[in-house]
Amino acid sequence: MADAETVSFPQNRTCPYNPPTGYRSEHRGPQPVSRARLFDGRAVWLVTGHAEARSLLVDQRLSSDRENPAFPFFAERVAASTLRRVELLGVDDPEHNVQRRMLIPSFTVRRTASLRPQIRATVDRLLDAMVKQGPPADLVDSFALPVPSMVICALLGVPYDDHEFFEAQSRKLLRGPAAADVESARDALDEYFRVLIEQKQATPGEGLLDELIAKQLETGAVDQQELVRLAQILLIAGHETTANMISLGTFTLLQHPDQLARMRESDGLMPSAVEELLRFLSIADGISRVAVDDIEVGGVTIRAGDGVLLTTSVINRDETVYPSPDELDLGRNARNHVAFGFGIHQCLGQNLARAELEIALPALFDRLPELRLAVPAEEVPFKPGDTIQGLLEMPVIW
Amino acid sequence: MKIDIDRNRCIGAGQCALTAPTVFTQDDDGFSELLPGHEDALDGAAVKESVKVAVRVCPVQAITIE
Repeated sequence: MADAETVSFPQNRTCPYNPPTGYRSEHRGPQPVSRARLFDGRAVWLVTGHAEARSLLVDQRLSSDRENPAFPFFAERVAASTLRRVELLGVDDPEHNVQRRMLIPSFTVRRTASLRPQIRATVDRLLDAMVKQGPPADLVDSFALPVPSMVICALLGVPYDDHEFFEAQSRKLLRGPAAADVESARDALDEYFRVLIEQKQATPGEGLLDELIAKQLETGAVDQQELVRLAQILLIAGHETTANMISLGTFTLLQHPDQLARMRESDGLMPSAVEELLRFLSIADGISRVAVDDIEVGGVTIRAGDGVLLTTSVINRDETVYPSPDELDLGRNARNHVAFGFGIHQCLGQNLARAELEIALPALFDRLPELRLAVPAEEVPFKPGDTIQGLLEMPVIW
Repeated sequence: MKIDIDRNRCIGAGQCALTAPTVFTQDDDGFSELLPGHEDALDGAAVKESVKVAVRVCPVQAITIE
């Protein structure tokens, strides 16, 4: 099925905030669903159209089940893993629905709004520390990572003192580089949460994890292994993603000074500014599914057993939905983006992420109005295409 | 405009409550529900428009309007 025009997936971005140029090469034309090839030569479907992505992501004929032998993995380190099961995001309904329902009450619009004062205090404390320390700084280490890390720790009831351990293990779990790194990181996190859960059973605290122990583990609704893995996913998804949005969002605003000025002039712009940054950056750039039945979409037939990759960065730049899609326009209505996914697996923590971004980004520029890169933009290192997109570090001065 | 929420389909993403907060809310379990008085009457074009956006952004397309 692969031919000369088939693109490889994933590809590295050439600019950290733009889609890889190869995903929408001009000679392929505006095909919403086309062919791509994975690292092992396997041909899969690449979805780049917005309407097609929305219809596929709500289609129950596409499965998220990582244990399906035909599930398309986009990196060897993940495909080689002996234990493929991923709770919540890697299981289908009805199992997924049972897990998600346990967690929904902690991530509602109202619950996350009630966390805003705490997020604001965390942001202010970190900015105080940056000011006290003085320039230069790595914005990733001193701000972008600790903000969401502290917030998710408080929400879950995980001690932030352990952050160096779990941040390092999360990095290995998401980026390897080798399959053995992924496995050892998961083992280390399994062990960490087993011990933490036992400690909490002996001395309950006040986080979501304590609540899940009382309401789900001790009633037998989940077993310890399932809870250990759910806690891991919440912790990792809660800090890695938003950290990337804060650092890459700041970088992108610095590269678009007209838009940064607009944001600084109007607090009321923040909700739409955050949606536009989510659309524009699309940091979770590659949603994987496997077809369990034949599906007609975008002029092609996806067959049962075919792998389907949805590239959010290109989907969110569909010009039939977003005029001048490659322009960052903080005032546009971008709410319809699929940066958080779409369908039953849409990001559980999206309201929390929005709150963190709406608070962190303007606070950073209010406190450090002279903030700028300490190196040329081209020298800022960013992540490879096979993981969540973002900056590896961001040297700044002010 | 009559609004219906399929609560069996709802996954509690809260996109309706975020988009049209005067019409939708989330109950204690996180599921979407209509605020009292909004089952069929809506005041103003802006609110109606926000409900249409809520229909579009609902990730499981659980909201229908007539």
